[in-house]
Amino acid sequence: MPAPIIKVDAISKSFGTFKVLDGLSMQVMPGEKLALIGPSGSGKTTILRILMTLEKIDGGHIQIDGEQLYHMERNGRLLPADERHLAKMRQKIGMVFQLFNLFPHKCVMDNVTLAPMLTKGVARPAAEKRAMELLDMVGLADKAKAMPAQLSGGQKQRVAIARALALSPKIMLFDEVTSALDPELVEEVLNVMRKLAAETDMTMLLVTHEMGFAHDFADRVLFFDRGRIVEEGKPDEIFRHPKQERTQGFLKKIIAAGHRV
Amino acid sequence: MTQWSGYLGLILQGALVTIELTLMGSVLALIMAFLAGIGRVSRFFVIRALATTYIEFFRGTSIFVQLFWAYFVLPFAGLSLTPLQAGVLALGLNVGAYAAEVVRGAILSIGREQYEACTALNLGRWQGMRHVILPQALLVMLPTFGNNAIELLKATSVVSLISLADLTFQAQVVRSQTGSTLMPFVSVLVIYFGLALIISWGIRSLERRMARGLDGVRV
Ligand SMILES: Nc1ncnc2c1ncn2[C@@H]1O[C@H](COP(=O)(O)OP(=O)(O)OP(=O)(O)O)[C@@H](O)[C@H]1O
Ligand SMILES: [Mg+2]
Repeated sequence: MPAPIIKVDAISKSFGTFKVLDGLSMQVMPGEKLALIGPSGSGKTTILRILMTLEKIDGGHIQIDGEQLYHMERNGRLLPADERHLAKMRQKIGMVFQLFNLFPHKCVMDNVTLAPMLTKGVARPAAEKRAMELLDMVGLADKAKAMPAQLSGGQKQRVAIARALALSPKIMLFDEVTSALDPELVEEVLNVMRKLAAETDMTMLLVTHEMGFAHDFADRVLFFDRGRIVEEGKPDEIFRHPKQERTQGFLKKIIAAGHRV
Repeated sequence: MTQWSGYLGLILQGALVTIELTLMGSVLALIMAFLAGIGRVSRFFVIRALATTYIEFFRGTSIFVQLFWAYFVLPFAGLSLTPLQAGVLALGLNVGAYAAEVVRGAILSIGREQYEACTALNLGRWQGMRHVILPQALLVMLPTFGNNAIELLKATSVVSLISLADLTFQAQVVRSQTGSTLMPFVSVLVIYFGLALIISWGIRSLERRMARGLDGVRV
């Protein structure tokens, strides 16, 4: 059995006096597609942001691909990671945000090529060639010269996905990537995600309120509540036969709110 | 008639000196503004402290005093400047201190999500600043930069105190030589106003050019 690519070990995180994550542990295998579900405020975004190094942890350890994320091993001792170590670790991880976070002053092509050129020293022609392949993959090859403000929300999010993929991360984090979109634009983004799941062996962590999509997409579903994983299992187990009362309650509410499961 | 055109020539010479001062002072101010403005948001305490000291010092003392120091006191430290050099130095450092706060404010006005996108794409701090934050912040700075440049233009008249023959200085000369007050002062009024208009117009067209494609929309 291969080693896990993500190993979260008893991490805790507080904002002020409010404990968001409390001794959270989880493991993700290489290539696994994981869906994180749970009520608002349960810490789903926080765990993704911690993995992307956008948020520090107060305690515990995280290993990515066999290496400590927030610590460096020096002479057998664990020291807090410095900026260089973090930069090295970030190469393995990419993230797509709920609100796209595109660079509004750069055209679609430049949004996608900027990071590979700056962080990997890729020459412009090679970076643009790769960007065109990725834009083609997300169905936006004809928008390469467009500015973000000229795109619909669904198109923006597909550019953001291409931009993250351009760095070829081993792990991709998706935080409610469709929840800011008009309903008719959700499907075009989900289609890209389906394609990614089918065609790549990337490890993917997805926070979502689209239960139907989570069911089809994920190998495993984690149900979060109050900063803990209350229940986990195969999509069928979680969605059809949830064991925990809180999972059942959450799914009932979601269905009552009109979401397809 | 020929006499008047001679006096007008004097005033135009003064106008050239004023323009020269304004341009060179603005370049220095711009450099100082970015150095100190970016220094103010640095991660390093020493750099922040240096930038803050510069800004507070030059905003807290008057341009007259700064000019006199540049021209009369620096020679004692072995640095003799021409009146033009002293004028550019004092104006550039003075206005640069105000503009540095504009740079800092504009940098801070860029949303956290842009910084986070930089981190997620593994851009270094300076790479993100240079390619993502500053280009967007520049658009926020421009209108206030326009005001700063006009302030600088108006402040150039202080150099007449160290006998640099700028627009205001030449107006005084013409007045004392002709005994006419109206002609020189109307001319300088019109010229200062015209120069300020050119600055406003230049900044505004620059702004329009840079905003193209953004459609006024920040996403
Ligand atoms: N920067 C912050 N400062 C203070 N509190 C925060 C901050 N970020 C998150 N929180 C709090 O931490 C808790 C967990 O937030 P998180 O965003 O991880 O929840 P979530 O599971 O993603 O919820 P949602 O489904 O609404 O997106 C929430 O109560 C939130 O208010
Ligand atoms: Mg969230």
